Amino acid sequence: MNSEKIEQIIDNHHGEAGSLIQILLDIQNEFHWLPGEALDLVSKKLQIPLSQIQHTATFYKAFSLVPKGRHEISICMGTACHVRGAPRVLEVVQQITGLQPGETDADMKFSLDTVNCLGCCALGPVIEIDEQHLGKVAPAKTAELLKNYE
Amino acid sequence: MSEVSIQIDGKVVAASEDMTILGAAERAGIPIPTVCHHEKLKPFGGCRLCTVEAEAAGRTNLVAACVYPVQADLVVRTRSERIDKIRKVLTEQLLAHAPESEILQTLAKEYHADKDRFEKEPSFCILCGLCVRYCAEVKQKNAVGFVDRGPSREISFIPEIAALECWDCKECFPLCPTSALQAAFVLMRSLAPAPSSIRASEKHAETTSVPGREQNNGSIAANDGNRTLLQANAER
Amino acid sequence: MINSPAELEQLRQEILSKRNSNKARISICAGAGCLATGAGKVIDAFNAEVEKAGLTADVNVKGTGCPGFCERGPIVVIDPAEICYLQVSPQDVPEIVSETIKKEKVVDRLVYSDPAKNEKAIREADIPFYKNQERNIIGNNIKIDPKVIDDYLALRGYSALVKALFQMTSEQVLEEVKKSGLRGRGGGGFPTGIKWEAARKAPGETKYVIVNADEGDPGAFMDRAVLEGNPHSILEGLIIGAYAIGSHEGYIYVRQEYPLALENVGVAIKQAREYGFLGRNILGSNFDFDIKVHRGAGAFVCGEETALLLSLEGKPGEPRARPPYPATSGLWGKPTNINNVETWANVPLIINNGADWYNQFGTARSKGTKIFSLVGKIKNTGLVEVPMGATLRDIIYKIGDGIPGGKKFKAVQTGGPAGGCIPEEHLDIAVDFDELTKAGAIMGSGGMIVLDEDTCMVDVARYFLNFLTQESCGKCSPCREGVKQMHRILTNITEGRGKEGDIELLEELAMSTGSASLCALGRTAPNPVLSTIRYFRHEYETHIKEKRCPSFTCQGLVSYYVDPAKCDACRICFRECSSHAIIGGKNLIHIIDQAKCNACGTCFEVCPARFGAVIRISGEPVPARIPDEMRIIVRQRRVKREKQDERSLHTD
Repeated sequence: MNSEKIEQIIDNHHGEAGSLIQILLDIQNEFHWLPGEALDLVSKKLQIPLSQIQHTATFYKAFSLVPKGRHEISICMGTACHVRGAPRVLEVVQQITGLQPGETDADMKFSLDTVNCLGCCALGPVIEIDEQHLGKVAPAKTAELLKNYE
Repeated sequence: MSEVSIQIDGKVVAASEDMTILGAAERAGIPIPTVCHHEKLKPFGGCRLCTVEAEAAGRTNLVAACVYPVQADLVVRTRSERIDKIRKVLTEQLLAHAPESEILQTLAKEYHADKDRFEKEPSFCILCGLCVRYCAEVKQKNAVGFVDRGPSREISFIPEIAALECWDCKECFPLCPTSALQAAFVLMRSLAPAPSSIRASEKHAETTSVPGREQNNGSIAANDGNRTLLQANAER
Repeated sequence: MINSPAELEQLRQEILSKRNSNKARISICAGAGCLATGAGKVIDAFNAEVEKAGLTADVNVKGTGCPGFCERGPIVVIDPAEICYLQVSPQDVPEIVSETIKKEKVVDRLVYSDPAKNEKAIREADIPFYKNQERNIIGNNIKIDPKVIDDYLALRGYSALVKALFQMTSEQVLEEVKKSGLRGRGGGGFPTGIKWEAARKAPGETKYVIVNADEGDPGAFMDRAVLEGNPHSILEGLIIGAYAIGSHEGYIYVRQEYPLALENVGVAIKQAREYGFLGRNILGSNFDFDIKVHRGAGAFVCGEETALLLSLEGKPGEPRARPPYPATSGLWGKPTNINNVETWANVPLIINNGADWYNQFGTARSKGTKIFSLVGKIKNTGLVEVPMGATLRDIIYKIGDGIPGGKKFKAVQTGGPAGGCIPEEHLDIAVDFDELTKAGAIMGSGGMIVLDEDTCMVDVARYFLNFLTQESCGKCSPCREGVKQMHRILTNITEGRGKEGDIELLEELAMSTGSASLCALGRTAPNPVLSTIRYFRHEYETHIKEKRCPSFTCQGLVSYYVDPAKCDACRICFRECSSHAIIGGKNLIHIIDQAKCNACGTCFEVCPARFGAVIRISGEPVPARIPDEMRIIVRQRRVKREKQDERSLHTD
């Protein structure tokens, strides 16, 4: 784990305790998870008790305390997407990847998650892969879609 | 600090400006049930057993007595059909976690709560937060905290800190209304072995063991994320 | 750096004079929605084609904010003729450039048309979807490239700020907002002017103003469109509000699920600082103000004010008791005013045009316009801005053009997880804060999800309670335990394990959770349950007593069956079934193996309409399997009638 990078992130936010969530978001974006050592370092530098950081890191669903795969798949389960068949898309993706939401496969290729509304509600069902939004996803076409990712 | 006059259950009560309804009621000797409240800790407002009706400027609201500030001419009712019903349901929900908790059983008697109304829950912890708050506010060690949110919320020890601090302390143990805390501590202890000096004295005087609880340890390590963090810390 | 109103006006005139209104302009919606259906490639294609044609100096191509007609994106508007092209693909671009740009001819196949009604509209303003709206706020989006501050200035941007800072006192600004009757657009509907006044009057030097861009209601994306598409309108509103309240520090709290909004608001703040609209001594007014942006981290509850404040402080978003209210004790214990994105967007309009102008829109107690996200089972999905008081019927049928697929309207869900479902009998309600509440729903932030006959109302309640179970902070027991219990009961009902007494238990849990919870999430959690029980109690009873789902949605209660009289052994369902539950073969009537079938409904969807052989069964046993010898289809080439006679032998 790159402590220098983490220290840099903390410095970018001037080591302010109020910026804890912004700091953790930057660490999550950089490493695709929050390593335990990173939280220890943040606790020391921001002078925030580790138990509080742990609470914050587990309270907010943008954070992961386990490493994520190369490609993060998020299936939108918002109301509009739900009504247009998102559960079926989720079912199919689960079948294809063998993953339940929250899991990462053994090859660290895919991580699957659900998300409560990406804000593209007119185009449901919507899935997000590697931060790209894809609208009007048909369950039958998801297998094709996922083949594009190594 | 000036005083205000409020009414609780028809009785006129003098309260100081900075008091809560609960504080004023205590002063007047009027009982309001609480689970998550403790005189040494900042009010939490989590269990909601202290819900009362508070009327001001013609509007009545249901509020938590332990956090709601008094104001002049506030009219409070601590019992009513609605309040009693709320306390009954809340007690039943908590009993599903810890049917043998003394304080919950006392509440059950008063409010005619049925401990079998809801399906039994795997965790004894009712998340009153007394342990977490005591360790943070009084001991200032932060050895135990909350993790996650909603129905997945739990308490969790930081093994590194607990290994250093908890052996000689355990002041939070008697605060726990359900003995879930002891269970969490025992489980945590298995992840981070104690220093040998303490292990010897522990054998002699084990004050924490609660019969029958050790196998019902709730779901402290069930959260994968937690185990990674806890294990990572324990392995170092 | 602009140092005075006069300099600003001079700059504005320069910008306008450089923009020859006869010069061709191609505006392509670059909102997150259109980008998700390929608008990025369309923009690239236009840039390439314009360059290829040697027209780069004469034609302006830009990606703009979202105009809201999401169903028909990617959307392109060609000015000065205001021609609007819909569902444009990169392949259409060369033709558009050669025909419309060069020859000023319309490409007919790309304009709006409704053959059923014999309607066609070439100009954006004539499209029925837009025509029936009152687009005071969102109307400018298609004209603005959110990353170009000059576009905002060209539309009178920041003139309200000048008026406020130089022609009005801070008290006058406050009074104008009070007089306008503006009510919070985030869901609370609290009178904005009164909220501002409380913060203004609160003792203390340090005060904060905050934009709540957490927009957590699933199905709502109004704030995303405004923040992404016209970020300066929010900045301007915020600076004006800060002036009225006496605050010098502002925050914009944006949910991290909106990366484009974050990007665009970041660019806007940077440019606003460069021009002198933010920072010290704004435009020479002696007023200082600046803004920080904070990202959310995936918690719906942080849309609640006190939770949002804690999140800004780096802590878990656990709401706290009120009083004290944020106006007196908010961020870091200081007086704080939080308003929703759309609320702030209304402020420049009110200051520029006056409270009297604003008051002409809306109803007696709900003034102005409101943007709704019209989604779900509706032909024209997108963002709709109407004056308060427009009816649900007008929104759903006139603007939304009704339910697709010839299906029947069932209900419209408004207000997100805190809201309720409104059935057909109430479609003529005038939409405003109070009328929706009377009908058992709420306006909420503006999500409007249309449901049809294929929607199960018990499943809708279960869906929302599932959402709330995940999003509850867990601090207080009535919410943490009560929401979980309600969800459990609803799940049982939808899976065929409903019991007598479940509805009464739901109502009891609704009472305790709704009354004793710490914050609005818990207090409004019962709404989806109670409103569906109120209007669709029969559906609950059918699920419980008959183990039947009338809309064939609840997978555990639905079986699929191939009608032997209609099956033509086309084998499509056999190929599409992902559970390999269909037993079939060439010229063999197909059979669904009920043991393997998971009731996903794919066979029902793919069976060709001319056969319509797959039927859905709920609440009754599936007919017995026909003997194998009766499954053989003998096909007679000569006479169709004979084939029918042959097959009629195969029925039960």
